[in-house]
Amino acid sequence: MSGHHHHHDHDHQAVPSDPTLRVKALESLLVEKGLVDPAALDALIDTYEHKTGPRNGAKVVARAWTDPAYKQRLLTDATSAIAELGFGGAQGEHMVALENTPAVHNLVVCTLCSCYPWSVLGLPPAWYKSAPYRSRAVIDPRGVLKEFGLSLADDVEVRVWDSTAELRYLVLPERPPHTENLTEDQLAALVTRDAMVGVAKVPEPA
Amino acid sequence: MNSVHDMGGMHGMGPLQIEKDEPVFHAPWEGRVFALNLATRAGKKWNIDAGRHEIELLPAADYLRMSYYEKWFARLEKKVVKTGMVTESELASGRPAPDSPKSTPPLTADQVPGILRTGALASRDVKIDPRFAVGQQVRARNINPIGHTRLPRYARGKTGVIDRNHGVYVFPDTNAHFQGENPQHVYSVRFTARELWGPGASPRDSVYLDLWDNYLEPA
Repeated sequence: MSGHHHHHDHDHQAVPSDPTLRVKALESLLVEKGLVDPAALDALIDTYEHKTGPRNGAKVVARAWTDPAYKQRLLTDATSAIAELGFGGAQGEHMVALENTPAVHNLVVCTLCSCYPWSVLGLPPAWYKSAPYRSRAVIDPRGVLKEFGLSLADDVEVRVWDSTAELRYLVLPERPPHTENLTEDQLAALVTRDAMVGVAKVPEPA
Repeated sequence: MNSVHDMGGMHGMGPLQIEKDEPVFHAPWEGRVFALNLATRAGKKWNIDAGRHEIELLPAADYLRMSYYEKWFARLEKKVVKTGMVTESELASGRPAPDSPKSTPPLTADQVPGILRTGALASRDVKIDPRFAVGQQVRARNINPIGHTRLPRYARGKTGVIDRNHGVYVFPDTNAHFQGENPQHVYSVRFTARELWGPGASPRDSVYLDLWDNYLEPA
């Protein structure tokens, strides 16, 4: 992914002690009042740091690549098809899968906030929630894709999906060439988060 | 409301900043803020639409300046006071008022896997006739409500085609203000890039928005 910018001046990288203290103070207050169980907070954080992430979506994609009947179910009723693999629930209650082909490229954004399919991709990266991505994905999707290192030919149709309601979108990327002999697990290992948002293609195996 | 959160189509927001191997949370406090938002909402004193609206209510300059989880923390402080979970003076002092009752947490650690697995359905199993059919041409209404809406400015007044009917869902414009769920059909509506952005846009490209019945009129 050659077009990436590597800035190191994100505003959350030099966190002043202030938010740490203020958040701690509010958490303590809510715990003392019996409104929050701190162990529930630990469990929520642990889920999204260690259990629910893009590996879930990668399994869905690899299954769709290897099982045509599953792919058909995924494109017809994504919520049920994804549930077959054990994924669903919070921010994945109403899923839609979008198939990328040589002729059609799908790209997902939430211009109004940060809607993202947590159940299959985990929590969104900072760029997805950022003003540059949210403002430009709808008006200049091809320019945005170039910043991710992906140049699409003029004759490819670009479809941008603005997540304005409670539907959550998963892009089914194209299966890369020279992967005929890979197992489903090996295929899943190739699938990237960015490809499932539609800002990248799945690279060929090295 | 027409604030800066509705940023689809805006210029001037700068280049993308793409961080390689980004952690889920950049500091422990971000994770605590994330989890505190979910844990306090589990008490059902506010809903997802009201939560989104609270962030939209941030002054526009603050919205652009603050990091994502700073906004979530600002929302949390507002919501715990507005819902009566804590008082302003408790928030300021960090100490419970002497006469404050001791609650039982609405979400305990053992309940976390269950609530995440179940999620919260925004669809409603009620029989309501759709106002529009797949393939029908529609126009997004030109509305400018001062409250919450999920109809972005860039689509208002524009003509598109119903691509699919997603079913019946809670209507955020009323639900965010606790004025009822007002369930109605949500459609995926396809707008050509040229309809939205003019003749300079690619003739092949399009943008799909998920729009409620109330946002649409026949075209």
